Amino acid sequence: MSFKIYKVNEEFRDIVPQEVIDLEERATWGNPKRGVMDLPVSKELLEEHSLCAGCPESAAIRYILASLPNPEDTIIVNSTGCTSLVFPHISLHTVHSLFGNQNSVASGIKRVLEWRFPDKVKDVVVLAGDGATVDIGLDYTLQSFFRQEKITTICFDNEVYANTGGQESGLTPKGHVFKMAPKGKQFEKVPMWQLAIDSGCHYVARLTVSSPKKVERVIKEAIYVAREVGPTYIHLYTPCILEIGLNSDDGLDEMRARDKERFAFFEYKTPEAEEVIAKYKAEGLL
Amino acid sequence: MAKLGPAHYSPYPVAVYEQVLTPPPGKALMFTEIVDEEQAMREAAKAMLTRENATIFPGPQVLYAWNEEAKEKAKLIKEMAEVLDAKIIPMYDYRPKYPKIDPEVEINPNHPNLTIWHNKIKACIFIGVHCHYANVALKIIRSETDCFTIAMCSQAGHEDAMITLRDQHVEEIEKFIEIAKEVKKELGKA
Repeated sequence: MSFKIYKVNEEFRDIVPQEVIDLEERATWGNPKRGVMDLPVSKELLEEHSLCAGCPESAAIRYILASLPNPEDTIIVNSTGCTSLVFPHISLHTVHSLFGNQNSVASGIKRVLEWRFPDKVKDVVVLAGDGATVDIGLDYTLQSFFRQEKITTICFDNEVYANTGGQESGLTPKGHVFKMAPKGKQFEKVPMWQLAIDSGCHYVARLTVSSPKKVERVIKEAIYVAREVGPTYIHLYTPCILEIGLNSDDGLDEMRARDKERFAFFEYKTPEAEEVIAKYKAEGLL
Repeated sequence: MAKLGPAHYSPYPVAVYEQVLTPPPGKALMFTEIVDEEQAMREAAKAMLTRENATIFPGPQVLYAWNEEAKEKAKLIKEMAEVLDAKIIPMYDYRPKYPKIDPEVEINPNHPNLTIWHNKIKACIFIGVHCHYANVALKIIRSETDCFTIAMCSQAGHEDAMITLRDQHVEEIEKFIEIAKEVKKELGKA
């Protein structure tokens, strides 16, 4: 994949819709300094989405897409869940894996890309929900960390299986009651960020998406570290406002409230990761 | 494909169920018959020149300037549209459009029948559409509309189109344009 696939042939410029021309001319391609501050003035890589109104996950995806340092050479692997409603709409290469299989698929893609394009930087980013990352796909997620695959894994944690009606997941906090979990969760939330550290991730972060700039920094650091050192993991709180009984405009307040408790910002970096981050900072890319 | 649509929903009449397969190299598929490429090109040109609202649907492989062949093909497709008096409606990507497409200016592989119904298209050419999406779209068109479909494929072809021309590169498209000019003259439309 390269930027050329977005260049419309001269002969057809008069017949393609303006949004396609905008994607070529106004999207922030070929600029590793791109970020969330470009959102109001540039063409977004997400044209539209079919998530619920006010869903914090949609904000998270917009921030992530705006923060990818190398979007024209980034492959996104996703899995079943609310997020899979969005990925068909984004203008990057995405691969929808079997439920839970996303880190295995991403490992294969990364290895093949390294072999096929040894002179090019190709980033592989996994974006999946808590069900795919921590329940159904925990084995594959951790195995990819053990194998030191150079991929970035981002978990959208909404603490519930939301689009199937509200079943508890491994990331549901103890005691939470949902429509399909009437007795309340009987055991503690899985500390996935800690498992990621213990399994060999070189960069781990846990945060909500209440602060776009913070999301941008974390995404860029994780991708740069994955590119040069090994696996990285980001745990994002993106609450399902419907399943926890909030209104469409309550998502940001909910995330700000959790910023002060179980999703207080947490970051872990190995010494190798620190080195890479310092290098990119010196280059002005962070 | 055995018959022109609409074939309606179930049982879904995909061509392979009727033992219709893609043509061997150097040949073309016309309905259920394997024929010479030139004969299929003549019939394709005739269908485009005689049926109402003939339209060319260029896909991403020719819409975008991602290699030299794509740039060449783009010029030829414009010329082809002029010769065939056909409209061009792009299939510029495969994303499902939300909340809905504008059928006047675009076609989407997930519901191509909307564009064909809206514009009353009775003959069309698919060119530069990636195989899996061409297969999906051609099946839906066959199922839901009475549009005569022609697939100009750079690879093995599409058995669900009424006429399939395979291995269509710059040279073959130039040949098709020449044949279309001849057919147009024969029909007294030149």
